[in-house]
Amino acid sequence: MADEIMPKSDEFGLAKADQSKAPITNHNSSSFGKQLLGFWVTFKTMFKKVNTVQYPEVKEPTAERFHGRHQLNRHPDGLEKCIGCELCAWACPADAIYVEGADNKEGEQFSPGERYGKVYQINYLRCIFCGLCIEACPTRALTMTNEYELADDTRAKLIFEKDDLLGPLRAGMVPPPHPMYPNTDDGNYYRGEVTGSHPSQGIAKND
Amino acid sequence: MSNAELISQDPGWIIALKGLIIFAACVFLTIMSVWGERRIVARMQQRSGPNRVGKFGLLQALVDGVKLALKEDLIPKAADRIVFVLAPVISTTTCFMAFAVIPLTGEVNFFGHTTAMQLTDLSVGVLYVLAIASVGVYGIVLAGWSSGSTYPLLGGLRSSAQVISYEVAMGLSLVAVFIYSGSMSTSEIVAAQHDWWNAVILFPSFLIYAISMVGETNRAPFDLAEAEGELVGGFHTEYSSLKFALFFLSEYVNIIAVSALATTLFLGGYHALPGLNFTEQWLGGWFTLVWFFIKVLAFFFVFVWLRGTLPRLRYDQFMKFGWKVLIPFSLAWIMVVSTLRVMSQRESPRFLIIAFIFSVAFIYIGVTSLSDRSKAKKLADSKITNITQPDFPVPVIPNSEVEQLNG
Repeated sequence: MADEIMPKSDEFGLAKADQSKAPITNHNSSSFGKQLLGFWVTFKTMFKKVNTVQYPEVKEPTAERFHGRHQLNRHPDGLEKCIGCELCAWACPADAIYVEGADNKEGEQFSPGERYGKVYQINYLRCIFCGLCIEACPTRALTMTNEYELADDTRAKLIFEKDDLLGPLRAGMVPPPHPMYPNTDDGNYYRGEVTGSHPSQGIAKND
Repeated sequence: MSNAELISQDPGWIIALKGLIIFAACVFLTIMSVWGERRIVARMQQRSGPNRVGKFGLLQALVDGVKLALKEDLIPKAADRIVFVLAPVISTTTCFMAFAVIPLTGEVNFFGHTTAMQLTDLSVGVLYVLAIASVGVYGIVLAGWSSGSTYPLLGGLRSSAQVISYEVAMGLSLVAVFIYSGSMSTSEIVAAQHDWWNAVILFPSFLIYAISMVGETNRAPFDLAEAEGELVGGFHTEYSSLKFALFFLSEYVNIIAVSALATTLFLGGYHALPGLNFTEQWLGGWFTLVWFFIKVLAFFFVFVWLRGTLPRLRYDQFMKFGWKVLIPFSLAWIMVVSTLRVMSQRESPRFLIIAFIFSVAFIYIGVTSLSDRSKAKKLADSKITNITQPDFPVPVIPNSEVEQLNG
């Protein structure tokens, strides 16, 4: 029975406790001197540089992979990556995501393939920023930005709609709905073979 | 002229004005010291502290006060309403009263009158301060009792036990001062320190007073009455709004009051630092006020420093320290001081005095080494502990007989 509990490395745990036969050295005469040393530590610290960041005026960049507000990404031609599969909503442990998928129709194509996310809401009063939704997303449509300033004064404002979450249109992107790149299917999009928009898809944003 | 004679000639309006000035100074000092404490503790923790409201955050405490005043004033249903309201009032009034006998300056010209900045001079001034301080504890005890809640009650109980034990030590530490200066009047004690500060000649007394004044004011590391990790807010858990603000105020005025008393009794009061006596004549004597407050603020810094450095004591350690260390030590010290005093008054031969000092030192060393030896013996005895080993694996208890796992 003991074998199961004994740790493999004897640096830690029970094995280490077994070795500690030294008496507890709390009663030596130098402990009072050591306590006085503590006063020097706090005194010294007073003259060190403070660590505080003066937040609203100074903003330190977050860690690279900081879990901030979500973003719904686009393909290079402007079509949305979200296919309305609801995997993110199912993955969410806090039940913060609501997705309603719909069929792409002829002349009203939002994403490559059959389906797109018609309604996409994230409730930031519930979201715990765990990132399980972005792990669940099969098309990398949902990712997280580093934006952390999400405070607001009403509950309604903290439910982000699809418009709030969609990434910006970059140069070369055509705002959807528009048809897919000529002679491609959703597989081409998925493999990243579509690298820009085609004139037949509409007027691309240029800047 | 002594301070007592100067003050006795004061007309009524000067007394009233002095009272007002002392009150205003206390409130102002409180506001500034709350700010100062937060800033200093912050620096000790490598933070910057409040720096938003006003230049360097100077108005922070003022704004906090306004916030407290605007908050909802709750009285719990289970509370004893009259006592509940009375408790913070007792706490606050008493801590201001202690300031009445503290001499802030020597002889000064006050609106054309020659007087001293001291409200009144009692021949038993220090006893008065001690008495007032003990009445102040009623505020805390009654607050704890009248809240009708568990944590405040525990906080109040702790506070009463604490203040009783540390006031004994405090009172005893002052006895040596009384013996040496031959008076209990604050101004005469200050005058008696003209050559040497009491902190130098009566250093053990000073040490005991400095420790017990921290216990007396419920400050870290002795803040057991409001130990937030154990008792939520302690005696003031149920207090809100202005009543809480009064407790807050009284805590800080109390710190300043005990610091002022310590300055008066041990650090030469309003007198200048040694070697700078010429400054006492500056501004027609008013400059002594600066010296007084420098000393008080130095004490305040020590209070903050203690808070920034030491963890809170466990309750039993705290009581043990008070009753088994501070009180016996001060009793022994008083014996030594009084014997020396009587010897010097009767003009005993010098060799007798030196012999006495040596014998005291010898007894002290003997007693401490004996207690060290008994402590070591106790430790050696405690090394072998008999524990029946359970049949599941457990970490070995250090120094126990069985040092093998038998799982």
